[in-house]
Amino acid sequence: MSPQRAILDVRGLRKSFGASEVLKGIDLRVEPQELVFIMGPSGSGKSTFLRCLNRLEEPSEGSIFVDGVDLLDPATDINATRRHIGMVFQAFNLYPHMTALGNVTLALRKVLRHSPSQAQTIGLAALDRVGLKNRASAYPNELSGGQQQRVAIARAIALEPKIMLFDEPTSALDPELSGSVLAVMRDLQACGMTMVVVSHEIRFARDAAHRVVFMEAGMVIDQGPPARIFGPDASPRARAFLSEIAR
Amino acid sequence: MGSRALFIETFFKPDLILRYLPDILQGMLVTIEIAGCVVVTGIALGLGLALLRSCGLRVLNAPIVVFVDMARALPPLVLILIVYFGLPNVGVSLPSFAVLWLVLSLVLAAFAEEIFWAGILSVRKAQWEAGRSTGLSFGQTLFYVVLPQAARLAVPPLTNRTIAITKNTALGTVIGVPEILNQATTAESFSGNATPLVMGAVAYLVLFLPVVIAGRWIETRFAWRRA
Amino acid sequence: MGALLTQFFNLQIMSEAAPLIVRGLGMTLLVCLAVVPLGLAGGLAVALVGRSRAAWVRWGAAALIDILRAMPPLVLLIFVHAGLPFAGLRLSPFASVCVAFFLNTSAYYGEIYRAGFESVGYGQWEAARSTGLTGWQAMTSVVIPQAVRNVLPDLVSNTIEVVKLTSLASAVALPEMLYAADMARSLTYNPSPIVLAGAIYLILLWPVVRLVSRLEHRLGG
Repeated sequence: MSPQRAILDVRGLRKSFGASEVLKGIDLRVEPQELVFIMGPSGSGKSTFLRCLNRLEEPSEGSIFVDGVDLLDPATDINATRRHIGMVFQAFNLYPHMTALGNVTLALRKVLRHSPSQAQTIGLAALDRVGLKNRASAYPNELSGGQQQRVAIARAIALEPKIMLFDEPTSALDPELSGSVLAVMRDLQACGMTMVVVSHEIRFARDAAHRVVFMEAGMVIDQGPPARIFGPDASPRARAFLSEIAR
Repeated sequence: MGSRALFIETFFKPDLILRYLPDILQGMLVTIEIAGCVVVTGIALGLGLALLRSCGLRVLNAPIVVFVDMARALPPLVLILIVYFGLPNVGVSLPSFAVLWLVLSLVLAAFAEEIFWAGILSVRKAQWEAGRSTGLSFGQTLFYVVLPQAARLAVPPLTNRTIAITKNTALGTVIGVPEILNQATTAESFSGNATPLVMGAVAYLVLFLPVVIAGRWIETRFAWRRA
Repeated sequence: MGALLTQFFNLQIMSEAAPLIVRGLGMTLLVCLAVVPLGLAGGLAVALVGRSRAAWVRWGAAALIDILRAMPPLVLLIFVHAGLPFAGLRLSPFASVCVAFFLNTSAYYGEIYRAGFESVGYGQWEAARSTGLTGWQAMTSVVIPQAVRNVLPDLVSNTIEVVKLTSLASAVALPEMLYAADMARSLTYNPSPIVLAGAIYLILLWPVVRLVSRLEHRLGG
């Protein structure tokens, strides 16, 4: 398999904050339409790893190729590349001074240079995909947490990314509200989106993930299909972690 | 003379520095004294007014609000000149440092009242209810429950505002108070040299730069407590 | 009571001094029109410089701001007006006022903007950048609008201070409102002209002070 085939190709990724090394050499390949689920104890570096994938964190060492583009090459236009990498944050990070539609269309207008009416059409379509077209003119503080996160997803998918990164998308939500967000994510996956999800939602991983990666202390300890990772053949530390959070 | 020597001669002439150092130090003493008194009386009066206002008596609130608004809208120099030139003609003769202290105290009190009041308002109603529901009186709830929280909120803006107002002691020079600026400008015109002005500026920095830096530290320290 | 009225509210003297004072008001407004935009722009520049990645630049900006905040504006003004001529730079009263007040207000506006930037969580910046917006676009469309909104009461409050600050220009014989009023006072030995000037300041600023109070209370301290 040539590197060009994988949507994401990470080799030997290392990241240090000052003296402490948070990522100790991560390798990961993500094929198109794969849903890779990353889990592990807090402090394992999984969020840091995810944030390196669109260079919100600068890796100390290693290489990251997104659909063949070298992310860490200084000559790469990072802003143009980020359009192809969608990111959904734990804290949603919606712009409070703009409506839902405004949030979705900002990058369409400024990055893709669409005309306002074009941007509106695309934006409304994205909101429709997450089931919030009727709340397009609402401000974030008028929306529930689940709705806000769905708007955040719409904001990312409106740019038609090649890969979507989810950083604990439901951790800030009450359990009742996360259902709607997970439904949208499953929908995205069914439409063929490549996704990397950092989360604790084990049931979601069981149902939807193609591959589960278990990280601890800055390294990948185990990875494989959900059936194996969540079953008795998984590595001992993975099993210990899972029984912890199952409680 | 080379240009560097000329620069020193004009702005840092050593024998002038020696000659006028006592005057500048005297001015610093005056500034510190007046600023100290202003801080104490201004904040105390402001707190008192805010407490009065929290009693909720309409007849008290109106004059307090009027006073506070006026003191915040008028330039201190205008107030100083009105008081200084007007009072003697109606029989009240205050020395100039007293006029300066009086006006600056009133201005600080007005700003302090607003800051304390905003702090009291922002302590959530639930706190009042909790206090009252355990049988505490209005006064006790105010004093033991609400005020400590309000005071914590008030510290950053109050520090800022206090520094700004105590710097206005420099206005005393207009009515002859022998504070730093007065000493510096007098010496400058006597000596025909800019060195005393530089000394005055340095004196202010020596006094207020530590205060500004301490104020910054206080602000950050009280900011994270604010959750 | 009568004595108080003739001393402080002498209508006869006020009406005689009124034309002079109104002309002074014109100069006051002119100074405001010059200094406020300069200060707003200077403050924004200072705040942006303060976010530079180079530590020495940040420290330099912070030191400059602290020095300017520690210096009473009157002292700065006198220094610029009376001290600079010794270095060969003689500025008109108006120019001295503009320079001194530009330095002073830039420091204060800069601090306000800095608090504003800090009040906008870093997540906003990250969200904007993660959709491909450039740093500049993220600043202008996402961060700065929110920062300004968060510190609006402080910005307005500081602008009130600038208007009051113009009264200091009387100390360097700039013919703004207080200078005119004080001139009238020295001619009539009566402070009523200054009371008139005060009344005009109140008319100008009282509504704005009320507005700031309301904004402050709404944001909840």
